[in-house]
Amino acid sequence: MTQQSTVLYDAPGPRARAINRITAGVFVVVIVALLVYVIMTLHTNGQLTGEKWSPFTEGGTWTTWILPGLLGTLKAAALSIVLALVLGAVLGVGRLSQHRWMRALSGFFVEVFRAIPVLILIYFAYYFFAAYAIVPSSQLAFTAVVFGLTLYNGSVIAEILRAGILSLPNGQSEAAKSIGMRKSQMMRLILLPQAVTAMLPALVSQMVIALKDSALGYAIGYIEVVRSGIKSASYFGNYLPSLVVIAIIMIVLNFALTSLAHRLERRFRQGKRKAPGTQAPADPPAEIGAGAR
Amino acid sequence: MSTLWESMGPALWPAFWITIKLTVISAVGALIWGTVLAAMKVSPVPVMRGFATVYVNIVRNTPLTLIILFCSIGLYQNLGLALAPENDTFIESNNFRLAVLGFILYTATFVAETLRSGINTVPLGQAEAARSIGMSFPQVLGLVVLPQAMRSVIAPMGSVLIALTKNTTIASVIGVAEASLLMKTELENNADQILAIFAIIAVGFMIITLTEGAVFGWAAKRWAIKR
Repeated sequence: MTQQSTVLYDAPGPRARAINRITAGVFVVVIVALLVYVIMTLHTNGQLTGEKWSPFTEGGTWTTWILPGLLGTLKAAALSIVLALVLGAVLGVGRLSQHRWMRALSGFFVEVFRAIPVLILIYFAYYFFAAYAIVPSSQLAFTAVVFGLTLYNGSVIAEILRAGILSLPNGQSEAAKSIGMRKSQMMRLILLPQAVTAMLPALVSQMVIALKDSALGYAIGYIEVVRSGIKSASYFGNYLPSLVVIAIIMIVLNFALTSLAHRLERRFRQGKRKAPGTQAPADPPAEIGAGAR
Repeated sequence: MSTLWESMGPALWPAFWITIKLTVISAVGALIWGTVLAAMKVSPVPVMRGFATVYVNIVRNTPLTLIILFCSIGLYQNLGLALAPENDTFIESNNFRLAVLGFILYTATFVAETLRSGINTVPLGQAEAARSIGMSFPQVLGLVVLPQAMRSVIAPMGSVLIALTKNTTIASVIGVAEASLLMKTELENNADQILAIFAIIAVGFMIITLTEGAVFGWAAKRWAIKR
């Protein structure tokens, strides 16, 4: 009675409840045993001592390492998501162009940059910009990260926006044409704003991906939050605690963004129904965004 | 160009072979662990549902770079989890296996979410019929629901595999000698051939990922249930 039935199993009777309790008990014992083993090993290796964790109670650790790193992460992620939105709008509209060469060019661009890893784009940009002195060396790593993230996320956003534009009812463009709008006006004033709104949850999910991927800057020495955590760890000799703290920061950030995406999705679903008093669908929203990174 | 080819040519296949091995072994592991997670998430035991939810939310929101570093620093250096026998190639094979473990732990969350969306596409009547002939939860899930769910998520699973293939480049941060590490080395040694090196590695990855996309697209058409 405490459990509601789903399609996969009936509301449990006395026997099923007993079986469930036993399964839960065994499962909890296994998990707890695993945790105890981990904690004991960490204890034996001296990872749980106060001195390993105390650096994080001091302001200096945060102002010297963690916060500058976090700033680096946010800077790279924010700039590349803005640039990716611009690039994505251009490519997405380009794929729907009436000129064949434009469609082909945008399509080629999107396919290539979705097919290759972001990290090799970042390596390429780093060494390319260095060899031809395109950016000052202090900005080299930052530019390379933003370059890689922009090309990849821009290509993905292009696909998201294209799907959004294609999902709009035909009447929208017919009405725009009938009042004498040109194609560019129609795109800019009628279709794109609606596509962006409809695809907002997927776009927010893409931001989570950009935020996580900014950690790739680690590989070229960009000071983002993972690199700065490792730097503080090599100073204090506390690698494991640092990784844990960094992980918590990133998980909280990304989880907040993911929840925002889910809330937006639910709000849009509700908005579409319009009928007063209609409840939001009880089941969790379907998987949003196609990215699996 | 010819000097570049002399240094890079022979190293190309071994590097991409490591990339392919990382991908295939991690994919198999992630499929198994991801299926277990998905099963937990729909199971009648609340503790298991809770565990699967917490695991998926934590792991998929962590940068993969951090997970890979965690496998190397946390699991190996601090917990002493060595995954390879002590011999001459210990560091190499241990790092490879730690990377595989990281990819499995991370990719399984996406497998689980994909499978769960596939479970939602199975018509209610299927599960109801299975229950009405007295099947237990493991039977309903294992014999009726999961096989159909798997068939309906072949195409999205292809996307997960492609993402995994590209993610294997991150193994380079703990020194696994796969394709992106070869690219980095070559870029350092041949600074005048940057575009050529990039093109070679990019084409290599495109061959792998586009093939995967084509195979999964074909498989989805062949086996997916039309509803």
